[in-house]
Amino acid sequence: MYEAVRRWFDPRELREVGETPDYRFSLANERTFLAWLRTGLALIAGGLAVAQFLPPMPVPHLREALAIALLLLGGTVAVRAVDHWARTERAIRLGDELPASRFPAVLALLVGLGAVLLMVAVVVQGVRNP
Amino acid sequence: MSGKSTPPGRDVGLAGERTRLAWRRTALAVGVVAVLTARLALPYGTVGAVVVVLAGLGWAGVLVATFPKVAGRRSHPGRALPVTALVTAGFAVLGLLLVLASMR
Repeated sequence: MYEAVRRWFDPRELREVGETPDYRFSLANERTFLAWLRTGLALIAGGLAVAQFLPPMPVPHLREALAIALLLLGGTVAVRAVDHWARTERAIRLGDELPASRFPAVLALLVGLGAVLLMVAVVVQGVRNP
Repeated sequence: MSGKSTPPGRDVGLAGERTRLAWRRTALAVGVVAVLTARLALPYGTVGAVVVVLAGLGWAGVLVATFPKVAGRRSHPGRALPVTALVTAGFAVLGLLLVLASMR
């Protein structure tokens, strides 16, 4: 765990391992990291917006639960992004297979599930007080 | 863009340009999150003021760490990546604390 965090902050090691690839590969890896980071930032912004702009909902604490879920997801996406970037950079330099990951699938399922649950909540509320 | 002298089939500069713009977009997105965090913290008195200062410092830290990237001065990774990612995670933690404080 500590070793992984140290590796994120020590670019020298990442520049010495294996051989230097075509710089365009490194830049593409960096842009993928940035796209993930913006995904995380969007989730965090969504959580912060839910917490301050949504009126209180009929289900107690549903608004807070939604905000907490989005903030947790966003923070996880950001930390995973830098870890995945470092592992991919290593793999490119060593000529290994790129690291496989279930994370995108899990994130998509969680976001989809959250959207379905919210739709159910909206419909139930509409049926109760038309 | 390097103009007419670029030999055909060689992607000189565009990958760097795209990456530079991606850093710029990301730094702007961090700014939006910092403002949202500060706005959420405003009603919390002294604690809120501390969070506002932390949010400002986080954004400033990201701007300083990513300046060589945004200016296109440095192509190797450097510390900008982990700093930006961990500041982002820090905003998530600040947001969580504020939401939990609002429930008490």
